[in-house]
Amino acid sequence: MPVVDLSEMPLRELNSQLHALPQDTNETHWQVKNPEGRHAVAVGLDAPVTVEIDGHVGYYCAGMNKTATVIVAGNAGVGVAENMMSGTVHIKGDASQSAGATGQGGLLVIDGNASARCGISMKGIDIVVKGSIGPMSAFMAQAGNLVVLGDAGEALGDSIYEARLFVRGSVKSLGADCEEKPVTDEDRNVLRDLLKRASADVSAEDFKLYGSARRLYHFHVDNAGAY
Amino acid sequence: MCGIVGLFLKDKSLEPKLGEMLSGMLTVMCDRGPDSAGFAVYGAGQGTEVKLTLRSSDGQSIDGLKADLEKALGLKLNATQRDTHLVVAIPSDKEEATRVFLSKARPDVKVVGAGQRMELFKEVGLPSDVADRFGLSAMSGTHGIGHTRMATESAVTTNGAHPFSTGADQCLVHNGSLSNHNAVRRTLVREGVSIETENDSEVAAGYLTWKMRDGASLKQALESSLDDLDGFYTFVVGTETGFAVLRDPIACKPAVMAETDGYVAFGSEYRALAGLPGIETARVWEPEPATVYAWERQ
Repeated sequence: MPVVDLSEMPLRELNSQLHALPQDTNETHWQVKNPEGRHAVAVGLDAPVTVEIDGHVGYYCAGMNKTATVIVAGNAGVGVAENMMSGTVHIKGDASQSAGATGQGGLLVIDGNASARCGISMKGIDIVVKGSIGPMSAFMAQAGNLVVLGDAGEALGDSIYEARLFVRGSVKSLGADCEEKPVTDEDRNVLRDLLKRASADVSAEDFKLYGSARRLYHFHVDNAGAY
Repeated sequence: MCGIVGLFLKDKSLEPKLGEMLSGMLTVMCDRGPDSAGFAVYGAGQGTEVKLTLRSSDGQSIDGLKADLEKALGLKLNATQRDTHLVVAIPSDKEEATRVFLSKARPDVKVVGAGQRMELFKEVGLPSDVADRFGLSAMSGTHGIGHTRMATESAVTTNGAHPFSTGADQCLVHNGSLSNHNAVRRTLVREGVSIETENDSEVAAGYLTWKMRDGASLKQALESSLDDLDGFYTFVVGTETGFAVLRDPIACKPAVMAETDGYVAFGSEYRALAGLPGIETARVWEPEPATVYAWERQ
């Protein structure tokens, strides 16, 4: 198992080694020591390997992740798992703003809290936050599922297109065109599956579902006076 | 981009280490703002004196400045020269005479900061070099703020560097840009607040000075700025006894804070806080948008 100490190896060297891994590599488990809040750790991985990072990371950790599993034993800075395609990213501490931004697939699990704009413009990613999320989360969300075991800040789901937003705690306020929805069996099954995959031991019955009221999709003639 | 840091000590035993801690934080923020840097430190002070931080704005030497001031005021003065800046303690009743003398005899000299406890330094250059030149790491104090600048809209000059001080013992660092600063500047000038540059951040500092002059607390002044200042910003502000943080209503610029029994710390990024003592067990959080966080020394 390769162990990389970032106080000794330059970050670029680590990222190049990870990028060079073939799909059938035998080096499937990496450990990274002393990240000390560095930006862009383990970005752009596309091989089915697991990278465990021991400490806090800076901006864009595990961005564009594809098939890999990235585990951070610490906090993550802005834009963790940004534009993730597939695979799993697990943050054991808190995440800064824009966690999972524009993510297209895969699973992002945050054990602590996520700050503002969690899941902004999400396009298919699944995000499970075991703590609470900050204001303006799921802004312009397009597809995927956001599951929050704690509370949500102001303007949840502002200008949302689609995507399911499951919140177990309180929602400070809903953004434009976001509303509470009835939960169908299909929704409940999706939620159950995500809670299981994220090892979140809570009941799927305790969540409310929020989604798009679909009033912003089209020009509405009653609003003509506003233009 | 720019980086900002702030540190407010709750534990008196940390005061001799304020400069060392702040210097470490500022150095990490070099790559957010490599053009210039500045910082303000609230150190020792006496009620009967005002400390003026002076520097020459056109590169002239300030070597003989102390002697010139002593001659003009007919007094022996306590002064410390740090690189391009001179910190001189003046009896409070001689502040006006000092300013008059400077404006006549040394119009090149700017009063960068004034107050009972605040000292303020700023220069062009890599922030870690700037901190070294002024000897930040050896300074002690109760709180301090700092800024690393990546100029985007105006030239890289010492005048454009932060912090900005527009009132006694008041200073502000800013990450962002204000869109209505010209209109607010006109109001401030009308209200008699002295504004010296075209910089938007100085307007924010002047705005708080104006509100506090009219009786607002630091917290109240920042709360009213939410209505009156337009644009994006994270402010970190110091007063003689206070320390406060405010982000704009959409929290445009990054900010992270940490609190322990010993201190409250602010950084543009977590990296800036990573070297602080006890950070592993500190409460770390991101300040909410449009929410004033303020602390006062007891």
